[in-house]
Amino acid sequence: MKTSSMSQKKLALILVIPAVVVIFGIVIYPLLNALYQSFFNTNLAYPLLTKFIWLQNYLSVFKDIYFWKSLYNTVYFTIISMVLELIFGFIVALVLNEKFFMKWLVRTLIIIPWAIPPVVNATVWKWIANSEYGSLNSILKSLGIIKEYRIWLSDPFWSMMIIILADVWKYTPLVAIMLLAALQTIPEDLYEAAKIDGANSFRRTISITIPLIKPTIIVVLILRTFEAFKVFDLVFVMTRGGPAFKTTVVSYFTYLETFSQLNIGRGSAIAYIIVIFMSILSYLYIRSMKDNIN
Amino acid sequence: MKINLKYRSKRVFLYVLIIIILFFTLAPFLWTIISSISTNQELLSAPIHIIPQNPTFERYKGIFTSTDTKMVAFKRGIINSSIIACGVTVLCLVIGTFAGYAFARLNFPRKNMTLQVFLFTNMIPPIVIIIAIYFIFSKLKLLDSVFSLIFLYSSFILPFIIWMMRSYFLTIPKDLEEAAMIDGCTRIGALFRIMIPLSTPGLVANGILAFLMSWEEFLFALILTTDKAKTITVAIAEFTGKQYVDYGMMATGGVVGAIVPVLITLIFGKYIIKGLTSGAVKG
Repeated sequence: MKTSSMSQKKLALILVIPAVVVIFGIVIYPLLNALYQSFFNTNLAYPLLTKFIWLQNYLSVFKDIYFWKSLYNTVYFTIISMVLELIFGFIVALVLNEKFFMKWLVRTLIIIPWAIPPVVNATVWKWIANSEYGSLNSILKSLGIIKEYRIWLSDPFWSMMIIILADVWKYTPLVAIMLLAALQTIPEDLYEAAKIDGANSFRRTISITIPLIKPTIIVVLILRTFEAFKVFDLVFVMTRGGPAFKTTVVSYFTYLETFSQLNIGRGSAIAYIIVIFMSILSYLYIRSMKDNIN
Repeated sequence: MKINLKYRSKRVFLYVLIIIILFFTLAPFLWTIISSISTNQELLSAPIHIIPQNPTFERYKGIFTSTDTKMVAFKRGIINSSIIACGVTVLCLVIGTFAGYAFARLNFPRKNMTLQVFLFTNMIPPIVIIIAIYFIFSKLKLLDSVFSLIFLYSSFILPFIIWMMRSYFLTIPKDLEEAAMIDGCTRIGALFRIMIPLSTPGLVANGILAFLMSWEEFLFALILTTDKAKTITVAIAEFTGKQYVDYGMMATGGVVGAIVPVLITLIFGKYIIKGLTSGAVKG
């Protein structure tokens, strides 16, 4: 028996080593390297002045109002897009859970936005929201909703809203499909029993459906939060962080600091603050998930 | 009678809702396709034309014939992205299947810790490690190379594939494998003869996801490539630049960049939906 467990260990080693090499080599080492860099004032514009400066990069980031603005923008983007994706995703999932004509086709067509690469998604919406020739202005004006053409992507409020719209368009199908899978696990008898007890359909949704799909909602929330914190492509293509910093999210802010200011030390410090922030967030999420399941 | 009326109005409401959902789902991309075959004159006139008066496929032809630097870069981007996506898919499926099997079936020291670290790496925003990666790659002369992008993307996609394959293997009853082993199969033999054939749907779903994820990657490609390894996403982003704006090419680039993932999704939709939901619902 002992020899078999030894050979099992050896086999496991052979099977897992390639994954460990690829993942640790390309993720863990750079992660540690970034930590090291964050204690130096490395700036590629002045390479000879590099020295160890303790936590000064971190302090300067915490004092930087633009860092807080970008964090605020990221949180704003994350919360609004996530709430909209959950609401629309829930509606779509409820519809797909009904029986109707050509359901298979609708179900297939609905995931198309999810398949579209973020850069293309950004391009699509940038073109739609174009101030002179875009279809959004044209349609809204002919419907009488707006009187004059708007410069959507240069508007302090609407620029972020269009970015959120693009994100919601792409990810609602994914959320809907996950919620649908959860809906399908709910036994029909529960609804029948509630009906007999006199609960109307709204009441049934609130007290049966939502509690039963809560674990999936939490999974969706976690997945979408982490993805939303990575958002970069949409901002890069649609607004480049403008107007007036209104759409600069943390990843775009880090990108600017590192690759246009060439401030490597400070960029690495911002990166690390993001990691710490994400770790706290995931800890809180995992805890709330445990509470919910128990 | 009352019930019938209520039922009918409910059905009408359902179909109206389906039409609204389909409109919002499909219209933006359809509009991009229409724009890509409209003449510039039509694109630059207000109000918009929903049906192009003189549809033109010149832009699509141009991708293969034009000598304009942006168009050449775009053509190369299509080729590079195809090579990268295929390479990542193969690499991730091979390594991910083996590792996923080990995590599902074998006992070894620090198993859970390793899995947790793998999942943690999936959570890190790419921007965090790209700074260090850029300098390491530039020291090792690995910038602007298709092969470095294949390894880089694999490192990001693997944790996800390992997790999914592990979940898939866990759903296969242990008895099947044990029966084969009693009949004289080795563990590796059982893996190839029983486990892998039984998990074909999982392999297909994961292969497609790996392909799609590497096809759509942008940030790493933007920073780590300058010329010969440029991917399709970087080439598309260049069509949307500030100085040179060609709305028609912007739309065409978008359609070409999306057509492969969209077709794959339409053909393998069932597998993908299963793959996405099984991982999420079981956790």
